[in-house]
Formats: sequence, structure tokens, C-alpha cells
Amino acid sequence: MSQQLYLSSSPHIHSGETTSDVMRAVLFSLLPACVVAVYFFGPPALAVLLIATLGCMAAEVICQCLMGQPVSSADGSAAVTGVLLAFNLPPTSPWWLTLLGAVIAIVIGKQVYGGLGSNPFNPALVARVVLLISFPVHMTTWSLPAPLGSGLDLVTTATPLGVWKNAVMLTGHAPPEMQAGTLSFFLGDMPGCVGEVSALALLLGAAYLFYRRILTWHIPVAYLGTVVLLSGIFWLVNPEKYPDPVFHLVTGGLILGAFFMATDMVTTPVSMTGMLVFGVGCGVLTVMIRLFGGYPEGVSFAILLMNAATPLIDRYTRPKAFGMPRGEGWR
Amino acid sequence: MAIKLKTFCGGIHPPGNKQWSAHKPIEDCPLPEEFIVPLAQHIGAPSTACVEPGQLVAKGQTIGAPKGFVSVPVHAPTSGEVVAVEPRPHPWGTSLPAVVIRPDGEDRWAEELEAADPNDLYPEDMVERVRLAGVVGMGGAAFPAHVKMSPPPEKKIHTLIFNGVECEPYLTADHRLMLEEPERILQGIALLRFIYGAERVVIGIEANKPDAIALLQAECKDTPVEVIALEVKYPQGAEKQLIAAVTGTEVPSGGLPMDIGVAVQNVSTAAAVTDAIIYGRPLIERICTVTGSAVREPKNLRIRIGTPLSHLVAVCGGLLEEPGKIILGGPMMGFTQTSFDVPAVRGSSGLLLLREEEVVCQAEGPCIRCARCVQGCPMHLLPTTIAAYARRNLVAEAAEYRAMDCIECGCCSYNCPATIPLVQAIRYGKAAIIAKKRALTL
Repeated sequence: MSQQLYLSSSPHIHSGETTSDVMRAVLFSLLPACVVAVYFFGPPALAVLLIATLGCMAAEVICQCLMGQPVSSADGSAAVTGVLLAFNLPPTSPWWLTLLGAVIAIVIGKQVYGGLGSNPFNPALVARVVLLISFPVHMTTWSLPAPLGSGLDLVTTATPLGVWKNAVMLTGHAPPEMQAGTLSFFLGDMPGCVGEVSALALLLGAAYLFYRRILTWHIPVAYLGTVVLLSGIFWLVNPEKYPDPVFHLVTGGLILGAFFMATDMVTTPVSMTGMLVFGVGCGVLTVMIRLFGGYPEGVSFAILLMNAATPLIDRYTRPKAFGMPRGEGWR
Repeated sequence: MAIKLKTFCGGIHPPGNKQWSAHKPIEDCPLPEEFIVPLAQHIGAPSTACVEPGQLVAKGQTIGAPKGFVSVPVHAPTSGEVVAVEPRPHPWGTSLPAVVIRPDGEDRWAEELEAADPNDLYPEDMVERVRLAGVVGMGGAAFPAHVKMSPPPEKKIHTLIFNGVECEPYLTADHRLMLEEPERILQGIALLRFIYGAERVVIGIEANKPDAIALLQAECKDTPVEVIALEVKYPQGAEKQLIAAVTGTEVPSGGLPMDIGVAVQNVSTAAAVTDAIIYGRPLIERICTVTGSAVREPKNLRIRIGTPLSHLVAVCGGLLEEPGKIILGGPMMGFTQTSFDVPAVRGSSGLLLLREEEVVCQAEGPCIRCARCVQGCPMHLLPTTIAAYARRNLVAEAAEYRAMDCIECGCCSYNCPATIPLVQAIRYGKAAIIAKKRALTL
């Protein structure tokens, strides 16, 4: 035989799906929400998307060059971080704010820990929270959607969650007109971050990821279920003051968070029980921050806090190994 | 099928690729010019050669004597002359002592082999006949069958499971055997049922073999043998997973099936048991699927043990192109070979030749904690964690995460999008754990 043979220990076949395939699928699943964002917020949203994505990729390349590491931006993970960061910024963000966010996400959120797979916190959320705390005015300037072709300009306003929080703080009651817009909120016709506005578009993307088996149901279901249950209890106790669970679901970044941010593989538990614990934790924190915190929205903080708890959750939710007595994983 | 098929938790769904050989009837492989019969083909002590170069041997004559209880004799695959007793390349990847036989073409049976009426035999006599025939587990592990058939008296076997799952992609040897020689299997099943004294007897078959399921169900209609269709999922045929699917009980960690009163035998082993007990014939042949994209004509062959792989390839019309990998066994747990000079042995259920582009190793990336290894693990372990410990030589930590429970099925490596050699690292870790234990006990 002239040719060389491959020698290795088994298995000799592979599913064929690689990390970059996974990242490409995630990018693809984010497309519908990108389209909706550009439709409702026009060129400013497109600019945020482009600057964040290209900024993240550039930051990764520069970082890896400086550190003398092989450049890996072809794996698509920096692009995913970029799009998710853009989704978490107001559409009217100035270019420098977006770019700064991209640099923070990649450098502080990811590369300092050793790059892909080593970061404890979701890089896009790290950047969002750093910006939110450092530039509160820019980060909480929202605009009403102005659908393409409607001839409207972006007009500054508050998010539904912000309206509710202000009203409760001032009067102790929920604003009367709040429930009116549930369907339009669901479609995306509400003020908010670039990618969070349309629950429908996000759910479409999530459905694709479920179909590709890249997403499992555990975290989203545990997260959303907890929010519905907990906010439902508060609503039943005092509907005058607390918004109903559907309002919680369709406003703010909950759908984006539950399906795309809290399911970031790197920063969440690996066992199914762990994922459920993680999702429940995110849900409890989100509702607590929304109802009793200083910020109207709590998704980012909730997920980051649970990211911090992930190693601990992993330690205590080891799956019960085959052939071991019940309860073996918990110790 | 409306009924929910039985199965285990975890596992993967690799492409079956059985269509290339599943419809091909078993063909008798012609004798090669030379047989290389390794003296070590089973788990346990290798046998010792009891023939010398120049000696004439008959088909079925013992050429290697067993050493100890966990060992089996080795027999001449045909009549002919012993030309050498020397180390030869072995499927396990090294050179090991083998008896080289040049056939005389007469294929004459040895006279000492005697048929017997099973009604005259006690279970112990049957087990002894199985031992003398050199019967081993034919699923690939090649563990001496008589050892498995002699559980200590306090371990009562109530359930006997026959493994006709054949969950490895590509392989169709057991499938063809069930279709073409069901009576050989069923006779063996009846004998093993008698030997074990089992109350429940089950044949487990993956649902991708509906013809075999239907045939055996018809054949077993008025017998106490149940034929159960199992979900098509790898590793459905792994012993512990098969038991879990059929009985709903897990074999305790570190334990054996007999600890929960269960024994598992392959359907091919049952056929070999029939030959051994009733006809006195030793295990000198088996069914082997020769397949893969690099083979001209995939076939199911009845091969004699010791046939060189080059001969099998020639019988199958030769190569379509130079293979990138030669695998003895299936693609999930088979062993790569360095050349076609090695012989097929008792555990060789298949010879798989894959083209180069199918086997190129991808560069390894960082773990993104996607948990696909965790979801795929049929032993419910954390493969990525164990592999990470093993690669850092953190032996105690790897053991703490139950590395020794790993059955090395390879689901984790198959699934890993970062193409990390997870099961390979875990194997390394298991070896390190065993070495450390040994060092501590000495």
C-alpha cells in the first residue's frame, strides 16, 4: 500500500457538526429579529448591528494577534457576541458607545479569560451592563418604532416596563393604558433595545435552534415558567399594582434573554438538572428586579448573577451516574 | 409502529449505513492461501501453542491450549500444515504469537470431535463442551463464554437476554445470521436457557431489522422466548444499556449483570453454543460484514478465524480506492489496523474500509460546554469534565467523576462540535486510575 493510513482509537466517525456550524446556526436564527429591528428602527438599528458585529470580530482578531494566538474569528463566535450585543443596545446608541461595547464584550468579557469556552459571564451582557452603569443616559434613551416607509422619525419615549415602573413609583398604581398593546408588543411594535422588541421574530429563531437541536428546552422553559408563575402570584394578589404575566413575557428583554442569552452554552450548567436550576434562578431574579429593583428591566442582571452561580450549580447537580443509587449526584 | 419502543436514556443516532450489506445473503468465504491464527483472541490469558512447525493438523484440532479458567483453546480453521508458530501482526496493534497454517485444500474435520445428544448432558457437561470449543462472546468483546455461563451459585440468573441489537453502524452480520439461520440461534437459546435455569428469555433486536424481528417472533410463537423490538439508537447493544431497556433495571456501578440476576449473550454466541454442544464443533468460523465506501462489493461473509484481511478484501472484489482507515469491527468501537496482513479473529464482526475524506481528523477546538457529550452519555457521566481531568493527569478527580463507569462507547466524541477526543482522553484516564490502584496495592 502506497498511501498512508489513519490510525486512531475509536470512534472513527463524527456527527459532522462543528463549533462553527453551531455558531452559524445561531447567527441564522437571529436574522428574523435583525430584520424586524431594521424595519421598526431603520438605519440607526442597522448601524448598531453592523458596528457591534464588525467591532467584536475586529476586537477578537486584534486581541489574538497581540497575544500571539491563532486567529479564530472564522468560528463565528465573535459575530454571535456582536449581534447579541447589538440586540441589547438602544437603536439610537451613538457609534462610539456601540464600538466601546464591542471592545468590552470581547476583551473584558471573553479574551481576558482565555477566549472561547473560558469566559464565566455572557460577554454581550457584560458589555451591556458596563455601558448601562457607565452611560445611563445613553443606555436608557428609547425611541418609538418608526416602521420603514411610514415617514416617521424616531421619537424619544420610555419602554413599557419603564412606563410601568415610573407610574408605580409615582402613584403606586400601574398605568391604566398599559394592557392595550400586548399584541403589538408581541410583534415588536414597542420601544426597546434593537433585538428585544419582537417576541415573534425571536421565537421563530428559537424554533429553528430547537429544530437543529442546538437549544434544549430546559433553560427557556424553566426561566419563562418561573417568571409566569411568580409574576402571576403578584398579579393575582394585587392586579392594581403588578402587571400580568403576559405583559412580563412580551415586554423588555425576557424572550431574548430566555432563548438567546440565558442559553449561552459556555456560561450555563451542563447537566439538565443544572439547566433547570439555572432557569428558575434567572426567573426569580428577573421578577424580583423588575418588581422591586431600581431598574425597570432585570433580565441582564439576573442572567449575569446566575452565570456567576454556574460552577456551583454544576457541582451540585451532577447527573446520577448509571447504576448509582438515587440522589448520588447531589452532594 | 405505534407502540413506544423500549430503550435507555442518552445515546446518539449515527447514520446506519447498513443498506450496503443488509440485503446480501451470507456467502462462504473461500479458503485463503495461509491462515494466521493468533493464540490470544479473547479476554483473559492467551492460550499456549500445542503444535509445531511441520505438523499436519485437521480442521477443528486444538492448536492452542488454554491457560487457566479465564482462557479458551484455539483450533485449526482447516486441515493443513503448520508452517510457523511465531509472532505475527495482530488486530490489537502489536505482534503476538500465532500459528500459521497452510491449507491442504481437503478441509478435513478432526476425528476427536463428537456430536452429542443434549438430552444426555448435564449443564456442567454443556459448559465444558462450550469451553473446549473455544466459544467467546461474538459481539466483539470476545469474553470466554463458559466463564459467563458459570456464575457463582449464589447469583441466580432469572433473566437471560440475547443481543441481536447490532447497533454499530455498517454491521449486518448478526442481522443476516438471524434471518438465515434462526434455528441455530434458537437451539442455542434453548440450551443456554437450560444451562442458566432462567425463567425469562428475551431476544432484543433494534427496530431497523423488522424482517428479523418478524421471523424470530414467528419462530418463537409457542415458546417462552420473547422477541422485543428496541429503539434504533447507539449504543442500544451495549450490555448495560440493553439490560436497562429490557428489564428497566440498572446494573450497579462496578457490578456485573449477574448481580441483578441477568445474563446477556449475543445471538451469534448462541449459534456457536449450538455448534459446540450438539455437534462438538469448535468456534472456527463466524459471520463478518466486509463493507465501507472503499470496498467494491460489500458482503456478509462466513469466514474462518485467521483469514487475512487482504483475502477478505479480494473476495469482495477488491478496493474502489485506497482506504484512509482500515477498521476491524464497527465505526464506533472498532480497532484501526495498520495493514491488510492481520487476520480476522473471533471478535471480528466486521471489516470496515473508509475513504480518506471520511476519516480526516478535524483540528480540536476549545470546549464550548454545549453539553452534547452529557446528553449523549449512556452512562450519565460528564465526559467533558472527566476528559479535562484526565488530560491534566488529575487521576483522583477523574475517578471521583466516575471515569471507571465509562463504557467507551464513543458517543461523546461523536457528538463533540469542538472535535475534542473525549472518550480517548477518558480511556487514558481509566488506564491511569488502574495503574495508580495497582501501584497502591503493591
